[in-house]
Amino acid sequence: MDVTLPPGQPAPAAAPNGRVVSARLGTRLLRRPEVGAALAAIAIFMIFAVDPVSRELWLSQNGLVGWLSQAWQFGIMAVPVGLLMIGGEFDLSAGVMTGSAAILMGLLAKGFGWNIWLCIALSAVFAIVVGLINGLLVVKTRLPSFIVTLATFFVLRGTSVGLVEALNSNSTVVTVLTPPPGTDVARAVFGGSIGSAPAYPIAVAWWLIVTVVGTFLLSRTTFGNWVFAAGGDPNAARNVGVPVGSTKIVLFIGTALGGWLVGTIQFTAGLSAVSEQGVGYELYYIVAAVVGGCLLTGGYGSVVGASIGAAIIGMALQGVIYAGWPSQWGFAFLGVLLLFGVVVNAVTYRQAQRARR
Amino acid sequence: MTEITPAPTPALDTTARPALLEARHVSKYFGSVIALKDVSLQVRAGEVTCVLGDNGAGKSSLIKILSGVFPPDEGEILVDGESTTFAGPREARAQGIATVFQDLATVPMMSIWRNFFLGQEPTRRVGPINLLDLDRAKATMKAEMAKMGIDVSDPNQNVGTLSGGERQAVAISRAVYFGARVLILDEPTSALGVRQSGIVLRYVIQARDMGRGVILITHNPHHAYPVGDQFVLLKLGHVLGSFTKDEISITDLTQMMAGGEELAQLSHELRRMGADQPALQQVARELAEEAARTAPGNSEA
Repeated sequence: MDVTLPPGQPAPAAAPNGRVVSARLGTRLLRRPEVGAALAAIAIFMIFAVDPVSRELWLSQNGLVGWLSQAWQFGIMAVPVGLLMIGGEFDLSAGVMTGSAAILMGLLAKGFGWNIWLCIALSAVFAIVVGLINGLLVVKTRLPSFIVTLATFFVLRGTSVGLVEALNSNSTVVTVLTPPPGTDVARAVFGGSIGSAPAYPIAVAWWLIVTVVGTFLLSRTTFGNWVFAAGGDPNAARNVGVPVGSTKIVLFIGTALGGWLVGTIQFTAGLSAVSEQGVGYELYYIVAAVVGGCLLTGGYGSVVGASIGAAIIGMALQGVIYAGWPSQWGFAFLGVLLLFGVVVNAVTYRQAQRARR
Repeated sequence: MTEITPAPTPALDTTARPALLEARHVSKYFGSVIALKDVSLQVRAGEVTCVLGDNGAGKSSLIKILSGVFPPDEGEILVDGESTTFAGPREARAQGIATVFQDLATVPMMSIWRNFFLGQEPTRRVGPINLLDLDRAKATMKAEMAKMGIDVSDPNQNVGTLSGGERQAVAISRAVYFGARVLILDEPTSALGVRQSGIVLRYVIQARDMGRGVILITHNPHHAYPVGDQFVLLKLGHVLGSFTKDEISITDLTQMMAGGEELAQLSHELRRMGADQPALQQVARELAEEAARTAPGNSEA
């Protein structure tokens, strides 16, 4: 361990022992978190494009609309959930949040007949409060977010079911029969679709917007730098002055607002909301983020990857139906994908952690 | 070169310019435990002061006092010759005193440039929003790392793929870039191999030659001696000795650190324990030789 350094020895400029090797382009590309997901997405697309039963429908516009209609709700959520995961936390209340947000809009619109935009805005405030509570609880108690948000999940689920049954004469579906003021515009913005025979949901555009905004936030802003640091090494981040707690709270508000957006789209589409809508979907969001290259332990990942992960889920669930396989196989398919994603992530993580010594 | 404001010459200072950072008769107690007692040291611009001591010598308490984590119970801290009380680490940093902790310096999964600017990101205003100035960040990082003798060809490379020494370099050049006049390096070589330690010691020299003061905390006299101008030896919270380079040789420094007597004692015990084990006997012989070499007056072999 002894080093005797002759005093006055000149330090080598860019000498071999002080150099940082650069990886070859191919290796560097493979290290990008979303590349694995993109390859998997192409593979799955090809499976149903080759399968003789599903091929014709799969390659038509109707086939495209079919799986996009599945994928958008996973996509809009996978982006904030992926960001939160990169920031080192989970949100198990994200799925039920989509239903709760829609239920709240429905109850307000039905009970008071208010302008739909007011109902949407109040629901957004509610989402922000839920995200704030999740974030504050996780940051202040230092409990695992897994447990804290599991509690929120049960509270939201129980409250929305209970409230609906109490206020809605024991029906679990809130349907607003007379469209409140502003419905047409709100539907055109959120829940509507473009075209008729194959009707593309506007929600797909929201999915794209959310993905672009999320990517931009993560890679081009100071906040994105803090997200990586908060998940990668919170102590190091705090030592250099990164507000780790606030960063995480903002991320929790982000997932709750994602749930609000999905809820708004679903509510404005048919002016109805189901009390257990979205329950169980939180796991799909996590699968999408993991398949897309977000590390379960935080600090690494990609918004584009998470979005591609959501597309994969949509394709898998819909393709299985087109191919005429028993629909249960869709879940087996997702399980294999999840495993695949986790293995790729583990390899990536080791690559990135490996130090040259 | 760092600008130094003229100030009354402190009593301990033998030259005209005041020390950048000085601890004067500092003591720290935790309940009845004496963590530090009457410790004095100073670092001037363009000099390296080494703090040597084994585990439990009080090195980490000293670091925490110097970096503003907690104040001393007795004695005072002087910055540019003026008595100062830090309210916290942030204030110490604002005065140009940067501490590079061994483990907590960087986030491994993040790229070099993201790490370099973490917490102090350069931004560029585009319309109503502040964007990260990627080009400026990468170019600045490359230029700063080049000053340390490292050529970064890919700024997007993860810090985790760097060697331990290179990671230290990122942390050190970051501290220098963000205005550190005094660098406190906490055991920068303790987890590193021989070659990597040599590289880190070169960065210490680079920082010194840029006119920064460096406080190098280590338990290895062989790392301290080649780069140090002053040496402060700590043992159980007390100053065992304080020397300039021409007052002490590497042999004496090593002996004071390890203690030739302790080596001889260890050799004796090993020999007794492993009378039937050739390997232990061999270790014991080598220890005895080491003790004899470092402590000529205390030969046992």
